[in-house]
Amino acid sequence: MNTADQYVKAIYLLQRMEDAPASTGALADRLDVSPASANEMIGKLESRGLAEHEKYKGVTLTDEGIVRARDALQTYCIIERFLANVLSVDEFRSEARELEPVIDDLVAERLDTIIDRNADCPDCFDPETDACCHLEIVAEHAEAGEQRAD
Amino acid sequence: MPKPGGTTVSVGHQVDSDHQLARLLQIGVVLEEVVEARSYHHYQSIDGEPQLDPEIESLLEHVVEESADHRERLEDLIDQLNADSVPFEQIEALVEAQYGATEPDDFDDILYDQLCNEETAYKFYDDLVGALRASEASFSIHRDRLIDVLVGIREEEAQGVKEVTTLMNTRQ
Repeated sequence: MNTADQYVKAIYLLQRMEDAPASTGALADRLDVSPASANEMIGKLESRGLAEHEKYKGVTLTDEGIVRARDALQTYCIIERFLANVLSVDEFRSEARELEPVIDDLVAERLDTIIDRNADCPDCFDPETDACCHLEIVAEHAEAGEQRAD
Repeated sequence: MPKPGGTTVSVGHQVDSDHQLARLLQIGVVLEEVVEARSYHHYQSIDGEPQLDPEIESLLEHVVEESADHRERLEDLIDQLNADSVPFEQIEALVEAQYGATEPDDFDDILYDQLCNEETAYKFYDDLVGALRASEASFSIHRDRLIDVLVGIREEEAQGVKEVTTLMNTRQ
């Protein structure tokens, strides 16, 4: 998945969680990049017609951006589901995040031929747990969630 | 500032640990196993056809052999990383379980499926080689040998794309 797709996916999830435009700070934080890098990419997404940025409010995806983000999220769901169900990886979320930049959509589509994905994908994706809601979250992740809540 | 959803992703295209490399090689093995199992399925399905197409039959036979060979070369690398491969029987069963939903209808569909297989595999190895070249990490496997093996497989996938495309063009 290329960098632009990782950004639109992150913006989409932030918008969904907040039901509001995504702030540059939250976006930079989620992607673990500097605010300057996030701003630069937001500019590129704007010039490609994928997002709109309003000062002091944040960034909102255009209709085209939403389509792109949902495709990227679907690819991410395939990677998570493949790791969890086929390779039995407990830490499927952290590994999916590591592998995401190296796995192309084309590759994910082939992996999709051997996994049983739900018809509601990618709406099944829960941004809070960063996982498909149909995947079981192992104890380690639940503990991490509790620590975050503290 | 708390991280929304408590998660971050790393934007980049690097491979920087034995663990991540082993996982990617496992994915390569699975892709080869999917190709092998689907090609075998196609091969079996045309076996009883009254108008058997020898060119497609020969292509599928070659693809099954080549994918098995690629799988062995990847497994050799995975062994050196002290990781486990993914049993072919497991993937074959998954292909079998999902095959009905994606089964090609005719010879043209079989060729198209093969083209997708070869293109996908090429893209996977190309991205992996690119990510390894962009990384300065050291692995338990000698970097040059690792890249040589992956480039070798990638070139065979490129050749496969050419062969399927040629066959598709001659049938039009």
